[in-house]
Amino acid sequence: MANASAMQAASAVPGIPQDEDGPVFREPWEAQAFAMTLALYDRGLFTWSEWAAALAGEIKRAQAAGDPDTGETYYSHWLAALERMVAEKGVATTQTLHRTRDAWDHACDRTPHGQPIELRASDFHD
Amino acid sequence: MAHDHDHHHHHDHEHSELSETQLRVRALETVLTEKGYVDPAALDAIVEAYQTKIGPRNGARVVAKAWTDPAFKQALLDDATKAIGTLGHVSRVGDHLIAVENTPQRHNMVVCTLCSCYPWEMLGLPPVWYKASPYRSRAVKDPRGVLADFGVTLPKDTEIRVWDSTAETRFLVLPMRPAGTEGWSEERLAEIVTRDSMIGTGLPKAAS
Repeated sequence: MANASAMQAASAVPGIPQDEDGPVFREPWEAQAFAMTLALYDRGLFTWSEWAAALAGEIKRAQAAGDPDTGETYYSHWLAALERMVAEKGVATTQTLHRTRDAWDHACDRTPHGQPIELRASDFHD
Repeated sequence: MAHDHDHHHHHDHEHSELSETQLRVRALETVLTEKGYVDPAALDAIVEAYQTKIGPRNGARVVAKAWTDPAFKQALLDDATKAIGTLGHVSRVGDHLIAVENTPQRHNMVVCTLCSCYPWEMLGLPPVWYKASPYRSRAVKDPRGVLADFGVTLPKDTEIRVWDSTAETRFLVLPMRPAGTEGWSEERLAEIVTRDSMIGTGLPKAAS
């Protein structure tokens, strides 16, 4: 499998969907979110126990808000925890993330189908 | 999330589309890359390492069934979404999945640069090169050359048909069943159906 960090994550973070070889993903974006988390861990941004706590907090908040907790939403919580972690560690503000998300949305709107979607400076609005 | 300016969210096939989740994931990647926290190539490498672990990857089973069950094959070519829907164990696919059959006369190849039109439920992780702009333009202009790059050489008189996915229409190539696989079970056949053979940039693994 990918690397030692991935195996560590799979044993240190509760609930990661996996088979006998390690983590499995329902959709490509889940693997992307997982990969970013591994990269940030490797940079020392957080420990796995810190990450597990952040993820548990996110799941708790989601359940309080009525998340059905079927397991299908695991990586939605993971993504929310990642956004929160990035903001709390001072890497990027929530506002920056929102602004960049809107810029990608704008880039999609102006990109004809079938062309690569690329972000331009003009996609950002203040 | 606050984004109340005038986005038009009608879902036509004129422009590209990403889901809300995909937008957020891209935003994170962009910001983390700009700030030097992640390297996109390294992220791709991690994701590639999981390529056989993403999505249900039902395409190979569908192809194997079409090879062994003529009635299913016909149903698949008539209406792939409907035919696949009749297989209870296979999860939902997009609304307009079209299966295109390779024959000695015609080879099919699908191009797309990856928004929501790539049928990952069927195929698993898309290859990295698939989203690269040069691949798309070359595939349209010089499909035979692109295939040669992938090590696929077809007879000169085989027509190559390139399909460009639209937001509503997604394609699955039904490759030709390799010689020497007579009598194989569906399970065994499914093992030789590669992702690349189902987008037309490869052929099924040779029988051995």
